[in-house]
Amino acid sequence: MAVIAATRHVSERRQVERREAWSRRAPLMPALIFAIVVTQLPFVMTLWYSMQSWNLVRPGSEHFVGLSNYVDVFADSTFRSAAWHTILITTSCVVVAMLLGIGLALLLDRRFVGRGVVRTLLITPFLIMPVAGALLWKTTMFDPLFGIINFVLAPFGAGETDWVSTHPLGAVVTALAWQWTPFMMLLVLAGLQSQGKDVLEAAQVDGAGALSTFVWVTLPHLRRYIELGVLLGAIYVVNTFDHIYMMTQGGPGTASANLPFYIYQRAFLGFDVGQAAAMGVVVVIGTILIATLALRTIFSSFDVRETR
Amino acid sequence: MTTSASTSAPHLSGPRSSWPSKYIKGGLLTSLTWIVGLAFFFPVLWMVLTAFKQERDAYTDTPKLFFEPTLDQFRNVFDAGFWPYLGNSVFATAMSTLLVLVLAVPAAYALSIRPVEKTQDVLFFFISTKMLPVVAVIVPLYVVTQNLALLDNIWALVILYTAMNLPIAVWMLRSFMLEVPGEVIEAAQMDGCTTLRMFRAVLLPMLAPGIAATALICVIFAWNEFFFAVNLTAARAGTVPVFLVGFITSSSSAACLWAPSSSRPLRQRPPPTVAGS
Amino acid sequence: MRPPFGAERGIRLVAALTATSMVATGCAGAGALGESGDGTTLVVAIVSNPQMEDAIALSEQFEAEHPDINLDFVSLPENEARAKITASVATGGGEFDAVMISNFETPQWAENGWLVDLQPYIDQTEGYDGDDFIPSVRDSLSYDGDMYSVPFYGESSFLVYRKDLFEEAGLTMPAHPTWQQVADFAAKLDDPESGRTGICLRGLSGWGENLAPLNTVVNTFGGRWFDEDWNAQLDSPEFENAVRFYVDLVQQYGEPGAATSGYSECITRYSQGQAAMWYDATAMVSTIESPADSQVVGKNGYAAAPVVETDSSGWLYTWSLGIPESSEHADEAWEFLSWMTSKDYMHLVGNEFGWERVPPGSRLSTYQIPEYAKVGEAYAQPTLDALEAVDQEHPTVEPVPYTGIQFVGIPEFQDLGTRVSQQISAAIAGQISVDEALDQAQNYAESVGESYQEGD
Repeated sequence: MAVIAATRHVSERRQVERREAWSRRAPLMPALIFAIVVTQLPFVMTLWYSMQSWNLVRPGSEHFVGLSNYVDVFADSTFRSAAWHTILITTSCVVVAMLLGIGLALLLDRRFVGRGVVRTLLITPFLIMPVAGALLWKTTMFDPLFGIINFVLAPFGAGETDWVSTHPLGAVVTALAWQWTPFMMLLVLAGLQSQGKDVLEAAQVDGAGALSTFVWVTLPHLRRYIELGVLLGAIYVVNTFDHIYMMTQGGPGTASANLPFYIYQRAFLGFDVGQAAAMGVVVVIGTILIATLALRTIFSSFDVRETR
Repeated sequence: MTTSASTSAPHLSGPRSSWPSKYIKGGLLTSLTWIVGLAFFFPVLWMVLTAFKQERDAYTDTPKLFFEPTLDQFRNVFDAGFWPYLGNSVFATAMSTLLVLVLAVPAAYALSIRPVEKTQDVLFFFISTKMLPVVAVIVPLYVVTQNLALLDNIWALVILYTAMNLPIAVWMLRSFMLEVPGEVIEAAQMDGCTTLRMFRAVLLPMLAPGIAATALICVIFAWNEFFFAVNLTAARAGTVPVFLVGFITSSSSAACLWAPSSSRPLRQRPPPTVAGS
Repeated sequence: MRPPFGAERGIRLVAALTATSMVATGCAGAGALGESGDGTTLVVAIVSNPQMEDAIALSEQFEAEHPDINLDFVSLPENEARAKITASVATGGGEFDAVMISNFETPQWAENGWLVDLQPYIDQTEGYDGDDFIPSVRDSLSYDGDMYSVPFYGESSFLVYRKDLFEEAGLTMPAHPTWQQVADFAAKLDDPESGRTGICLRGLSGWGENLAPLNTVVNTFGGRWFDEDWNAQLDSPEFENAVRFYVDLVQQYGEPGAATSGYSECITRYSQGQAAMWYDATAMVSTIESPADSQVVGKNGYAAAPVVETDSSGWLYTWSLGIPESSEHADEAWEFLSWMTSKDYMHLVGNEFGWERVPPGSRLSTYQIPEYAKVGEAYAQPTLDALEAVDQEHPTVEPVPYTGIQFVGIPEFQDLGTRVSQQISAAIAGQISVDEALDQAQNYAESVGESYQEGD
């Protein structure tokens, strides 16, 4: 009898534990199932296509080729340089936008005349369609003849510099950072405002200067928000397409082609479905590798110790 | 630079620093903020002006600040059947944002306040769905949509926008939820609140600014999304970006593209909760 | 802490918004606006440019004449339209009942069986007069003698120049200039001090951008993309001379920022009076002769596309309308096609919007309309001459296995052409030498050529 009672007790406890685990999981399930169905189905199809030779505009060309698309991708020097440009664009844009974003958030985190207006002014770049934003920079800012930049710099002897051809990556990063700074600013501002004023006051009472308060109190508090901004910003900027497409068309030559633009050309000019799919798969794997590395080493908000 | 401490809490630092230098410092900071704000806004302002220009005034050697304004560009936009596109955009944006919040708030809860095991892996899975370049999956997506008879159907966009914004929403909401002090939740649980009641009465009010910020980000991304929209819709389900891009090629109407996208943000102020004013 | 009603109000607002838009979109599963009642709805995909926008505006008249047909237009820029239409037609997506394509796609797609043969329709439709199409245009849209799409608009290329500047400098432009003459004029008229360059030429990468003018230069210099056995010829001396000439000309006397200047940048520059000559599409006239858009109206002369070894070198491009095989409303679609490409349509545009907005280059009869001849005094005849001089069968000095003048009529060309054009663009920007650009380009072309050699 005792044995039976004991096992019943154990199984009951297990049941309770299982119920507990499932009640924890339940709120997560709808989102998880939705994400799996909607994103993984196309991904599996992409995997399948990546092993096909299929040119959309040559009917009957579809046949299984195994891994040969992947061999081509790795042998392609333009693909490698596009990967390098992607890394360059992403890091410089995220760093610049984050630094500017922190600065602007600090400027905004005080009461002054017209604060709401200035905040709205600063947010507008983020609200503009990327296609329109890119076009705006190319035609009204960077244009060698009609552009504002050369007009403003003319007294300093800038002359008719053609920014987009001579510094294609710099031009793209400028336009991108302009659009992403408000995003970073919003996140950092949210962080600043969730900071308890009592902590700052305590620091002040202790005689800490403005700079040391910022470095030792505010910055650690902002860390999670900064990391979130960098991570989300990087994820989006890695896939930047509109700016390259509108501003440089990847040029001159392939000097500013990033991976999404290069894949777009394979998919929509070459209609080479297999090749484009293989490139997509390589990009996902590469991004996952880099992201894992970054998340496990740098980012604390990903650390499980912080979750309760 | 902890401006918040030095200026928004004058009663504390007041006695130590003299009033005039304080005002000068505040005034300098305010001017600096305004200058930076205007500098950031300038390209947009210029775009707005261009929208009112005629072609020959829009491109001149010396940028023209004064010109005879014209509403032609705006008239063109509304003549070309703008309203259905606007309706589709509003529907896809609102519906997908609502869906995202309905899915992401509980999910973020299960990843922060009452976490499931393997939180890291789940979080990583969500963010990894954003790593596949959209351009590489568009042909498979096209084929799937075609087989589901969802081509040129606004619901296809709603579903895709929801999937597109879900990871970012989960991550953002989780960050905000981690900010909620543990004592608050424990106190509520001790009072015998049910989970749902605790969520409504205690968490929701604290999370409101975070949820609003997340919703705003989702709205912006969905509203601006172009690539899915252009490839998966045709005549009936097209959205505003598709409509706008239709104007780009003919050089005389390049400004039309800017017109609506430049006038929109001016009218549409972000909800005050975002920055908590 | 914020009171809870703030959030609730926000959520209620979103809910209300959603509810409103659900009602507005007639949410019952259709999920689309503008669902109209009876009759057939035709979905027409077109490329957005001014002439097409006029057609959309006039289509109300068509609907009035055909109460049982409703029209829905999808209007996109060239690249997006081309990508979307190709994907839809190739996979049998069936969203479109009529599509706007060009003489690049038509013969290839006809061969693939993706387009409805329009010849029976043309022959049966009274007063449509298929023989009235400009012969070079008609041929470029035919496969096995049958037309598979009908032209809405056709263009060739010619050289526009500023008569006033030529007069001032005491120069005379011959009716059929050579490229050497053009280069000499450009040198003499180049005046960067006053913000004016000798010539304007496209440098922006894209198979429809810098390769269009450059390929006509290559053809007339005696170059070709492939020999008859599909051996790539981009490293031949003729090809190289042509590219070197083009790059030198645009670097020395061309517009600043040439590497990112395409058709629309050039049109802006020339119409602002910032270039003395411009070699490009005949379609330019609708902008540079329009007082609202241009500061050089009436100051322009037009000369034939410059040549070297060939008699003519102008390109041929036409936007045309076809019906995908996957359409379920081919008969109704033809009703619309035949309306939009009819002789009457030209009069409709002329009377409604003005004669300068008539789509050029499709029908011979357009050029006999007195009103059109009058407004187009300066450019109508040069345009027609350019189109009639086009020799799509023998554009090059030596024989080639492909058709097309400013393009190579194979599906791979969009991709190949774009890659090569990127190299050219980099050479124009001065980032690489012409030799380096062509070495790379030759590699690209060889791998495409090989796939055709295997096939034989």
